[in-house]
Amino acid sequence: MTNRKKYPHADYRGDYLSRRDVIKRMLALGGIGAAGTYLAFAPEDFPGSLRDHSGLRGMPVELPFQLRDFRVAPPNPAVQVGIGRGGDARTMLLKALDAIGGLTYFIQPGDVVLVKPNVAFDRSPNLGATTHPAIIDTLVRLLLVDARAAEVRVTDNPIESPADCFAKSGIGAAAEQAGGRVYLPDPNAFELLYTPGATLIEQWTFLRRPFKNVTKVIGIAPAKDHNLCHASLGIKNWYGLLGGRRNQFHQDIHEIVSDLSIMIRPTLTIVDGTRVLMENGPTGGDPSNVRDGNAILVGIDPVATDAWAFEHLLQRPGRLPDYLYMAEQKGSGKVNYEGRIRVIT
Amino acid sequence: MSRLRAVIGPVLNRWLRLTRVRIVSQVFFFALFILAVWATWTSRLGGYPVSALLELDPLVMLSTVLATGYVYKLLGWGLIIVAITFLFGRVFCNWMCPFGTLHQFIGWLFDNRSATRRIEQNRYQPAQFLKYSILIVFLLMSAMGALQIGLLDPIVMMYRAMATFFAPIVDTALGRVGGATEGLGADGAWLDTLKFAPGVEHRIFVGSFWIGVIFLFFVAMNLWKPRFFCRFVCPLGALLGVMASKSVFRINRIVDKCTDCNLCLLRCEGASDPQAQIRQSECFSCMNCIDDCPENALEFTALRQDRKQALPYPDLSRRKIVFAGVVGLVGAPALRNDGRVNDENFSAKMIRPPGSVEESEFLERCIKCDQCLNVCPTNVLQPATLQEGGIEAVWTPVMNFHIAHCQLKCTLCSEVCPTGAIRKIEVAEKLGEGPYREQGPVRLGTAFIDTNRCLPWANQVPCVVCEEVCPVAPKAIQTYDEETRDVFGKMVILNNPFIVPDLCIGCGICEAECPVQDQPAVYVTAIGESRSENRKLLLRSRTPARPI
Repeated sequence: MTNRKKYPHADYRGDYLSRRDVIKRMLALGGIGAAGTYLAFAPEDFPGSLRDHSGLRGMPVELPFQLRDFRVAPPNPAVQVGIGRGGDARTMLLKALDAIGGLTYFIQPGDVVLVKPNVAFDRSPNLGATTHPAIIDTLVRLLLVDARAAEVRVTDNPIESPADCFAKSGIGAAAEQAGGRVYLPDPNAFELLYTPGATLIEQWTFLRRPFKNVTKVIGIAPAKDHNLCHASLGIKNWYGLLGGRRNQFHQDIHEIVSDLSIMIRPTLTIVDGTRVLMENGPTGGDPSNVRDGNAILVGIDPVATDAWAFEHLLQRPGRLPDYLYMAEQKGSGKVNYEGRIRVIT
Repeated sequence: MSRLRAVIGPVLNRWLRLTRVRIVSQVFFFALFILAVWATWTSRLGGYPVSALLELDPLVMLSTVLATGYVYKLLGWGLIIVAITFLFGRVFCNWMCPFGTLHQFIGWLFDNRSATRRIEQNRYQPAQFLKYSILIVFLLMSAMGALQIGLLDPIVMMYRAMATFFAPIVDTALGRVGGATEGLGADGAWLDTLKFAPGVEHRIFVGSFWIGVIFLFFVAMNLWKPRFFCRFVCPLGALLGVMASKSVFRINRIVDKCTDCNLCLLRCEGASDPQAQIRQSECFSCMNCIDDCPENALEFTALRQDRKQALPYPDLSRRKIVFAGVVGLVGAPALRNDGRVNDENFSAKMIRPPGSVEESEFLERCIKCDQCLNVCPTNVLQPATLQEGGIEAVWTPVMNFHIAHCQLKCTLCSEVCPTGAIRKIEVAEKLGEGPYREQGPVRLGTAFIDTNRCLPWANQVPCVVCEEVCPVAPKAIQTYDEETRDVFGKMVILNNPFIVPDLCIGCGICEAECPVQDQPAVYVTAIGESRSENRKLLLRSRTPARPI
């Protein structure tokens, strides 16, 4: 009886691990160990192997996308550039569209159309640095009403604050009031674009988001003087779709502009000659640098369009900018517009 | 009727209390504050009074008046809060102040203390005098021209943290969510960060990490002592506390009803001793003690106040006041020892936003609320670090042209500035057009070319992005053109840029766009800025059309 007092837990029965439990644990551990050994030491081509001798698996693989060809064969191949002259912006645009066979020939009902104006700077329309909002308004309405496009998107990647540029150029309001939708370039909107044959931008970040499901593309560029490449016209306008560190392209400006001509094959290229920035481009800033060009061009051949605009809107006789000849070499069109234009006054 | 009262009565008693009204008021002002921070953005700023809460802050009014001698724009609104305080005591602290609301919410959320410990936590502590000392120090420094009140003013502090620390975090989070939904096949444009978050593509604020750390430090201190900031640190609370000593209404204890149970301390926000003699300058008028008193021995009243049951004035001895005064008097000149303000040692990188007044006047006005940083559409405005303006100018707005440029037709920072450090200017004045043609454009500084790093000057590589983007007409960057054979034998045309300082307005777009990105070959320094006579560069302009 006295012993009981010495061992207060003498009645205690614990919950003991059985032999079976221990074997189960050891088997589980062995299984994990074997699997781990396999994953770590199996040759690289075995399924599930974690080995990566070359280190290539860790390299980022960003699959570039390619833009489709948005061109439409013209009704009359002899007319590559339609030019409307005389009247206000709306009248001239209608004349120019008539000259190439009408907008409804190029845009089918149900098309999703992307319109790319030049909204590069935070400037009012009268300074000639950006596309005229009246043309955006007219074009978006024509697309939605006459051509019965399913959706019209308007986008650009400006140099200055995107929200401000779209607001102060009047283009954001014009596009939205006419029924279009404005896409601003936020950092998630860019993807790598693959352009076979391009010298400088074979793979380059591109404003992708607004291009999803797009079937037709129309560029609308103001005609501007440009210090380095002499003129910023229809082809140079596509620069505004590039992302990344695009300011290094000025080291070879003619190459990049001719690259742009193969990067995108637009349905139509419109050059807005309502206000021509004759000097101090491409920013402008003084109304005295702006001349009334009295013309709107709608081009199927972008090279011919730019060539005509350079000679007649910027009134520069003599040699055309190098990038137009280079674009011709790359097969984007023909510099010689003689006999390929139709002017309606 | 009596039956109805029997049913509804308890419900009404439970819900229709002053504390419920107080919570509604707090939620309202907190939401207003967040809305104001959100609306401070170029596409949303449709003339809304986004700076109103700063203009209501009487400490901002008092300190700028001490520094400058006048009341700027709408700062007189501070008198509204003064009047409310003389009537009801420090109601601002617990009914309106968004920072106070945040402290109370955090304290409530994480409070797992026992009732006994909470009662002990909420007793008055002598160290609460500290906030009055802080107030004296800051006000004396303001009177001597060094406005540092914004470091600790709760409204300013919260604006700064929201604008520079939390806003970019929200931008990024929204962008990530947008990217993820796009991956799932949804239209990512609906979560376009430029539409939702107030931000350019990706906003940067130099040194905002520390702004966030200090803000979060005070928020976290609630876990140690409830309402730590409000009770011990807040200079605005101290100012209102001084006024509350004379308030018409206050909490009054009816001593013959009181059973000394101390339950009034359970949720006392201000630690103002309602169980004994109420410390009028500490009480936030949160009304919790009235809720918690089981004997109805506490009331918020103007009538029948028992004078014996109140200590109206802050617990400040003459010795403490003198000590704080000495610190304040020494502090202001000490901040200026590095000579960043006077014109001998001014920093080349201290480039202020357009419309800013001359530097010493700027420091008399800027409360570092960073509203201007929040509204800036290009993100060029940054909180200054020690490097640019010394300790006195920390977190004041400075232009960093590595990040972006000052947009030509934008004067938003001058619109939102509540204190006139950035004077309200129009676009015409900024550009020197129309009636301002005589005085010329606002110049932020002058650009210079580093010919050792410039691609055409130093490396025979064509470039001139700087000339292309220069926004003035005629351009302030012109070129010497030369045709030369480069080292590989190819003929190249080099347009070597040079600056015309008579035309340069210092907007910095050349520096921001220069492809030599890490240390741009064209850069803007503060010399030639039009706000200071002492920092002029040119004797006279060579262009008759546009004077300097």
